[in-house]
Amino acid sequence: MLGYAGRILYLDLTTGKSYVEKLNEETAKKYIGGIGLGMHLYLTKSKKGIDPFCPENPLVLSVGPLTATVFPTGGNGHAFISKSPATGGVGESVSHGTFGTELKRAGYDAVVITGKAEKPIYLLIDDDSVELRDASKLWGRSPSEVEDAIKEEVGDFYVRVAAIGVAGEKLTKIACIINDKTRAAGRTGLGAVMGSKNLKAIAVRGTNDVTIAKPEEFFSMVKEFHERMKGPAAQKYRTTGSTENLTIQNNLSCVPTRNYNNSHFESAENISSTIINQHYVAKIIGCNSCAMRCEHQAIIKDGPYKNTMTRIEYDNLWAFGPNCGVDKLNFIIKAAERCNYYGLDAQSTGGIISFIMDCYEKNILTKENLDGIDAHFGNASAMLALIEKIGKREGIGTTFADGVKIAATKIGNKTEQLAQHIKGLEVTGYDLRCLKTTALGCAVSFRGADHNRSGAATIDLRGKVDRLKAEPGRGKIIKELEDQYNLIDSLIICKNAKGTFYKEYEEMTKLYNATTGLNITQQELELAGERIQTLAKLINTREGLTRKDDTLPWKVMNQPITDDGPSKGAVVTKNELDLMLDDYYQARGYDKQGIPTTAKLETLGLTEHLTIITKKEA
Amino acid sequence: MVSVHNRKFVSADPEKCVGCQICEYACSYNKEKTFNPIKSRIRAVRVNQIANMAVTCRLCEEPACASACPRNALTQSKENGAILIDKDKCNGCGWCIEACDYGAMMLHPETKTVYTCDMCKDKTDGPQCVKWCPEEALTVVTSDVLAQKARLSAIKKLFNEKP
Repeated sequence: MLGYAGRILYLDLTTGKSYVEKLNEETAKKYIGGIGLGMHLYLTKSKKGIDPFCPENPLVLSVGPLTATVFPTGGNGHAFISKSPATGGVGESVSHGTFGTELKRAGYDAVVITGKAEKPIYLLIDDDSVELRDASKLWGRSPSEVEDAIKEEVGDFYVRVAAIGVAGEKLTKIACIINDKTRAAGRTGLGAVMGSKNLKAIAVRGTNDVTIAKPEEFFSMVKEFHERMKGPAAQKYRTTGSTENLTIQNNLSCVPTRNYNNSHFESAENISSTIINQHYVAKIIGCNSCAMRCEHQAIIKDGPYKNTMTRIEYDNLWAFGPNCGVDKLNFIIKAAERCNYYGLDAQSTGGIISFIMDCYEKNILTKENLDGIDAHFGNASAMLALIEKIGKREGIGTTFADGVKIAATKIGNKTEQLAQHIKGLEVTGYDLRCLKTTALGCAVSFRGADHNRSGAATIDLRGKVDRLKAEPGRGKIIKELEDQYNLIDSLIICKNAKGTFYKEYEEMTKLYNATTGLNITQQELELAGERIQTLAKLINTREGLTRKDDTLPWKVMNQPITDDGPSKGAVVTKNELDLMLDDYYQARGYDKQGIPTTAKLETLGLTEHLTIITKKEA
Repeated sequence: MVSVHNRKFVSADPEKCVGCQICEYACSYNKEKTFNPIKSRIRAVRVNQIANMAVTCRLCEEPACASACPRNALTQSKENGAILIDKDKCNGCGWCIEACDYGAMMLHPETKTVYTCDMCKDKTDGPQCVKWCPEEALTVVTSDVLAQKARLSAIKKLFNEKP
C-alpha cells in the first residue's frame, strides 16, 4: 500500500495523549483519502447531535494517497472535516499549498483531534513526535504572523503551518483555517471548531520517504499531465486566472450583483482580469508539485493600502466586487487581505456584507443600527469597516459574524428573504436563477451553497445544456459530477486541473494504482465516489437534515432576474426545484425524502451505518 | 583548473521560478527512488509569496566546502568542477555545510555522509531537475553564459528592446 503513509494519528487535546492506528487496506480502498477518509473517520468517531463546539466533536485533518508525490496538483492537498457550525451538517474544506506534504512525510494519512486544551496551544507534529506547545503569545495574531512566529520558535524554515485567526478564536461560524499564508480551507466554518479546542495552529514537519508502486507508469502520467497543463486545458488558470470568469459570466448575465438584486454588473470592466493582471498581479506562483501554477498574487502599488499583498481569484473578487456593488480594485484586494488576516471565509464575508447592504438599502437597517456605517451598495469604505467589525467580532459584528442565516433570525422583519444561503452557508458567485444545473448542484450540496461540490457551472455556462431550463436528466448529471468531485477531493487533486483529465475515471484509476499498487478496478473507484457522497449524506441525515434543507435561497425562487439580456426573467420555481430534486434522488438511489435506501447502503458497503436510516424509516 | 566552458552548473531564474518544488521531487526520485526533499540535491526556497528560487551547487572556484573539510573528503573534479565526495573519509561533521554560502551541501539522513549535486553525471539527458522543471526556470549554465545573459538583458533594456 504505497502512496499512503499507512497511519492515522489520534490526539486528545484535553489529556494531551495521542496514539497511532494503522490505516488498513480495505478502508483505504473504500474511502481513498482526503474528504472520503476524513468523513468516514468523522462519522465513526462522533456522536449524533453533537455540538460542533463541544470538546468531543472531532476535527479531522487528512491528506490523500497522492500527497507528497510529484503528480502535478496531486502532491499538495489536505482537507479538514468536522461538523459545520454554520450548517449543522458535515463540514469539509480542502486547501492546497505545501502543508499537506509535510503531514504525509511525517507519516500520517489523517489526524483525528478531539478534546479541548486548557489554554491556547499549538500542535507540533515532527515525524513521530507529537507535542502541544503554548500559544498564548500567538493568540490574537493573524495566520500569517503565526506561521512566521512558529517557524522562528521551532527554528526550522520548512515547518508548515495551518492556523486560525481572531475569527476562529472567537468561534465565528465563517472562520477558516489558513495555511501557507494565502491558502485557505475556507468554507463551512471549521476555523471556529479549531478555536473551540483552543487550538491556534497545527505545525508539521516530516522527513520520511514517500514512495510509489509503479514508477514507470506513474512518471509517464506525470510527463503526460505536464504537457496537458501547458495546453488549452489549463490556459485560463495559467494566464489570466479565474478572475476571467467575471467577464464570461457577465456577458451571459450570470453574476449575482448586489445580493442578487441584479445578475449583471455594469462596472465589471473596472475590475476585469485584464486590469487585475496589468496593474496588480506581481507573480503567479505554484503549489507544491504543480505544473500549471495559478495562484495570482496581487499587490496594491499605491495609495493608503500600498504594499497590501493577497491572492486574487474569481471567488473573492466576486464576493467584494459585484456582490457588494464595489468597482474599486484597491478596496476589493484590501478586503481579501483582511479576510486572510482575521481568518474569515472571504465568500461568506462578502455574502454577509451584501446582506447588510441590502437590508440598509431597504431601510431595515439604519446607520444607527450599524455603528454609524453608511452601508449602501458600492460604498467600498463601508465594506472594509464592516470586515473589521466582523473580523474582530466587535459592535455590530457580533450580530452578523455567524452568517446571514443567523443574522436574519436575529433581525427578523422578513430578512430571511434577503439571506442568500443554503443550509446556512452563503452563496457563491454564480447566479442560480439562470444556471439551473448549478442550482440543483448547490441545493443538494452536502456542505451548503457551494458550486465546488459538483462544478456544474461549467456545463451551464458552456451551453452543454440549456442553462435556463429545469428538466429530467439534470439529476444524473449532478450525480456523476459529484462522484467525480468527491474523488478529486479524496485523492486530492486540484479542481482547477480537472480539465487536464480527459477520461476522468480511467485516468484516476490508473493514477491511483500506479501510486498505491492496490490495483482497484475503474468500477471500484467509481463506486468509491458514490460511496463518499452517500457517506456525507448519512452524516447530514444523522444530524437531522432532510429534503427541506435541499433548497434554494428565497430570491432564487421568488425574484426573477430583471436585467435586460440573455437571462432576463429567469427564476427557479418550486415545481422546477421539486422536479430536479426527485430526478436527483432517483439517480442517487435515495427515497423521495432524500434519504439513502437500505439497498443503496448495501451496494455501497455502508451497512455499518444502517441505523441512521432505519430510525428514519421507523 | 577546470576551464570555464567545462564548469557547468544548474542555475534558477528567480523571475521564472514559482516555488513548486518539482525539482526537489525529480532529484530525490532520480537519486534515491523516493519523494523526499531532504534527499534532494536542489532545494526550492520561498522567502515570501513572490520571492521564489531553487538553489543547488554552483561548483565554485576554490570551493569553500572542500577547503573546510578537515578529513580531505571533498575534492573538486578537474574535468567538470563537480564536488567529489569520498564517503569513506566523510564522518558527517558538517563543516562543509557551514562553509557553503548556498546551502548546497547537505547531510544524508541515512548514510550520515554529505552529498551535493553531481549534475546527474550518470544520466545521458543531463540534470533531471532541469528536465522536469515545468517553468523552464532551471538551466545548465557556465559563469560565462550567466554573464552573457546579464549583459544582453542590460543592453536590451537600454535600447528599450523586449528582453
